[in-house]
Amino acid sequence: MRSSRALRDVAIAAIALIVVLAIPLLHRSPAFEDFIIRLSAMALFATSLNLLVGNTGMVSFGHGMFYGLGAYAFALTMQMTELSLPVAAALAILITTAAAFCVGAICVRLGTDYFAFITLAMQMLFYSIIISWQTLTGGDQGLRGGIPRREIFGFELASQLHLYQFCAIVAVLGLLALRHVSASPFGQTLRMIRDNENRASFLGIVLWRARLGAFTIAGAFAGLGGVLAALFVSGAYPELADWPNSGQAIFAVMLGGINSFLGPVLGAMILLALNDVVTRFTEYQGLVLGIVILAFALGLRRGVLDFLKFAFPGRSR
Amino acid sequence: MDLGALGACFTTPACVVTQATSGLIVGMLLFLVAGGLALIFGVLKIVNFAHGTFYMLGGYVTYTVLNATDSYTLAVLSGVLAMALFGVLFERVLISRVYGSNVLMQLLICYAVVLIFDDLVKIVWGPEFHAMGMPAAFQVPPLFIAGGVVPPFYAVLIGIAALIAIVLGLGLATTRFGKTVRAAAINPQMVSALGVNTTLLFAIVFAIGGGLAGLAGALAAPVRSLSPGMGFSILIESFIVTVIGGMGSIAGALVSALLIGMVRGFGTIGFPKFTDGLIYIVMIAILLLRPQGLFGRRS
Repeated sequence: MRSSRALRDVAIAAIALIVVLAIPLLHRSPAFEDFIIRLSAMALFATSLNLLVGNTGMVSFGHGMFYGLGAYAFALTMQMTELSLPVAAALAILITTAAAFCVGAICVRLGTDYFAFITLAMQMLFYSIIISWQTLTGGDQGLRGGIPRREIFGFELASQLHLYQFCAIVAVLGLLALRHVSASPFGQTLRMIRDNENRASFLGIVLWRARLGAFTIAGAFAGLGGVLAALFVSGAYPELADWPNSGQAIFAVMLGGINSFLGPVLGAMILLALNDVVTRFTEYQGLVLGIVILAFALGLRRGVLDFLKFAFPGRSR
Repeated sequence: MDLGALGACFTTPACVVTQATSGLIVGMLLFLVAGGLALIFGVLKIVNFAHGTFYMLGGYVTYTVLNATDSYTLAVLSGVLAMALFGVLFERVLISRVYGSNVLMQLLICYAVVLIFDDLVKIVWGPEFHAMGMPAAFQVPPLFIAGGVVPPFYAVLIGIAALIAIVLGLGLATTRFGKTVRAAAINPQMVSALGVNTTLLFAIVFAIGGGLAGLAGALAAPVRSLSPGMGFSILIESFIVTVIGGMGSIAGALVSALLIGMVRGFGTIGFPKFTDGLIYIVMIAILLLRPQGLFGRRS
């Protein structure tokens, strides 16, 4: 059973990837390519957060810390060393994973509300370190000077098309890996902890260890999203690690649906598209975005994919 | 980091007075916002992420009424009343629909309100900073205490906030209404079954919380500039205050607001670039040593 589901996931991912890669061959649209590049970063960020929120029931308000850390670690490594891009990216993710492990070790034992706030505080501490450590990070100006876009595997990342292809492949592979985590026995364990932590504990699961595992994995994938974001903006900015950015990820998760694996991806898509469309028509994008969010929250009372599952039970799985 | 300057400050009474006063101002304003937040959380179990909006709107209403009438007292009163009313509307129209649902759903609705009103403020008052300036009644020479400069308005602000703290504390502890509120915080169904109109009670709690945030905005208007993002920044700090104090505890909110105020007041001398970071470190340390907060009960 499990292997057939894994095969199905791989097939869906492959089809999605082929479609996305085929579009520029038929029609070049810089705006669309731009959108997909940003979406790939955001989708990894939001889906990794949902491993905590939807899968484990841990509401983290500070997930942006790992997104920002991934971006800074990657951009700084690229600027300061001669390492090749994949090595720098791997190093950045390693750093983010280690940081997520340390922050998680401090935070995961706290109850729900306090967990939310201590993760927020950790992120804000990280943010203030970025702001005040000007010599390394450029302070509130962000890390400028660009990232040397070295060629990898035949991808010339200075070209938008190649960056598009690279981001799409990385994002789909990353999402597939996350899907694998959430469908694995470990993922099932996390869902059991979410639904009834006492029962999970009686069955011999060490709660904090499982939670710490989830937190570390989620941090690592947020870091991968941050690497893509750094490639897109060709640098790193403190806003990436600021709390409105964590908020964006939470909204993407909420809009798309916390109980569907692809919910956060859809949510990220809705949020980015809304931002793009609204900025074209009005400078008051907060007003429009707020009204749309209210309509979703009060109308559907759950994310879009969760709503579809709720409205058409039995169709999906 | 400049520990020498901090040490020098602690040995000069003038510096201690000046920094302590500015810390008290920060602390008292924070208490007014965080106290309402704690009250609302304690009774309704709602984390009101839109509380900063009340503070912002309170400031802007005060600014407008002061310009129209030239009476600061009237302006403050209208800021408070408008926000109390806004609190009731907010609770009835939006929040009452998500009682008992996911915390994230409440967060989503509150954030939508924050976005909407930040932009409405931009439309009505413009995106630029407004400086209201000191009301005429307070444009008098400052007081000198042990060589430190204390503008009289600061003293009034601290006095009003301290009075509110006492009234709130005594009101909750001794009056019949206060007892009902505390009972509703523990078991709303039972309070309702005993014949108390909890719908009205919840609305009143939101009115008090909103009114307090409005008061904070009204009192902050003369000393800080008004801008559409001002609600956001105070929101984070008031969360820190409620979390450090223990969620739902008014006394905890007062103590931790003063603690944060002092860290800000003296931190600007010792760690001018890292004052924010200092506050987060204080919060993390307290949460690790006492996860339920200083005055919180273990759940």
